[in-house]
Amino acid sequence: MEENIIVVKNLTKQFKAFKAVDDISFNVHHGEIFAFLGPNGAGKTTTIKMLTTLLHPTQGVIRLNNFDPLHQQHEVRKSFGIVFQDASLDDELTAYENMEFHAVFYKVKNPLKKERIEYLLKLVDLWDRRKSLVKTFSGGMKRRLEIARGLIHHPKILFLDEPTLGLDPQTRNHMWEYIKQLNKKEGMTVFFTTHYMEEADKVADRIAIIDKGKIIHQGNPAELKKITKTKTLEEAFLKLTGRSIRTEEASSIEGMRAMKKLWGR
Amino acid sequence: MNFGPMYVMWLRQLKRYARSKSRMIGALGQPLLFLIALGFGFGPIYEKAGGGDYIQFLAPGVIAMSILFTSMFSGIEIIWDRQFGFLKETLVAPVHRWQIMLGRTLGGATVALIQGIIVLLICFVFGFRPTHFLYLLVALPLMFLIALLFTTLGTAIASRLDDMQAFPLIMNFLIMPMFFLSGALFPLEGLPKGIAAVTLVNPLSYGVDSLRAVLIGSSHWGLLTDLVVLIVFLALTSIWGTYSFSKIEV
Repeated sequence: MEENIIVVKNLTKQFKAFKAVDDISFNVHHGEIFAFLGPNGAGKTTTIKMLTTLLHPTQGVIRLNNFDPLHQQHEVRKSFGIVFQDASLDDELTAYENMEFHAVFYKVKNPLKKERIEYLLKLVDLWDRRKSLVKTFSGGMKRRLEIARGLIHHPKILFLDEPTLGLDPQTRNHMWEYIKQLNKKEGMTVFFTTHYMEEADKVADRIAIIDKGKIIHQGNPAELKKITKTKTLEEAFLKLTGRSIRTEEASSIEGMRAMKKLWGR
Repeated sequence: MNFGPMYVMWLRQLKRYARSKSRMIGALGQPLLFLIALGFGFGPIYEKAGGGDYIQFLAPGVIAMSILFTSMFSGIEIIWDRQFGFLKETLVAPVHRWQIMLGRTLGGATVALIQGIIVLLICFVFGFRPTHFLYLLVALPLMFLIALLFTTLGTAIASRLDDMQAFPLIMNFLIMPMFFLSGALFPLEGLPKGIAAVTLVNPLSYGVDSLRAVLIGSSHWGLLTDLVVLIVFLALTSIWGTYSFSKIEV
């Protein structure tokens, strides 16, 4: 068996004149928790979309669980689960129905199905609202449901795109506890993106720092701090990219990203 | 073969339909309006011209119309799913796209069939009577066939569209003309050549004609021709729809 469950070589995604992902390469080992750390619009979501068969790369090679997302979509889709950054629930269904729908799509059968749905809805504190239509939920509740849903089937690789965005600290802790448990017990590989330094520092085995479509550095948190001779990851990021992660400067590239979002693609 | 995903896709369409009462009632307004305004408004003139009972003639057309609107709408709903993000959830799942497409198509067509049956019942209230009540049993599969055709057509078109901006375009340049130029409201005999040509390539014409053949025993092309043409159209829209749906990127 190959040591790496995700292999990415020279991956590029070009949207018209604009390179969202620019020639990146990295590997993710079996059973590790890998973080993609970078500011908004760095190319994190575009990378995840290419890894999960939702977008075709302009250039480069991807191997996921030894399959090619471009030509072996079905095999690749059997290998992962994903929690998206933006909404992907059916508003006209209840919370429970959304969970059930997912379970059927991923072949989780009773009694395991019932057990997990109940456990997870309780974990994210939505069990009492399981019969409510999702359209009556607040943004935070939808987010919690989204995460619970992504955890129903235990995939080989779990993708989490900005999973804790908009979550309260308590739910955030519950979620990570549960994911770490799955990671240990079932050897589930976790690939997540974040722009929270603390989160990457606390949770990840290894981190890749991405900015403006390029990977600037990768390694474990301690290494990164050591190389940059800084105490916190935040300072390390500042040192590597020359800017702080939280400043959202309105550069011309960001303007183009906004345009891209506005016009669809 | 795993039927689970297809079943939940089908069930989802039905649940959404059953829960949106406004949509259900709203979709009944149009056929009602046509039955009242045209049925009672044009009825006397139609009769004087020797056409017979206009409600008898109009009812199959109005039933076909409600199926057209409901099923096209079900197909086009993909744009909503894309905008609200739910489409992604289905597209990354380890389920073949054709299975998702088939489940959703069967769901949309079932909803359209139910809507068609409701309109059929309303037609009864307005005095419509089929030549024989047993023929209703033949009409139901025909209605389902028409519903499948337009759900797949809606899916094919919507798979290529990114947002709702195009919806009025589809409404005004496809759905409305298909309805008005299908012979749903007027007989196909003796039409000007241009309009006759349009009705000839319009799948709904054959849908309306087939329903008339079964329900009131009069038809322009004959039931067999209608059936063959409808099935050919369905084959084409299914291939086109499945292909477009398999190419969606989000």
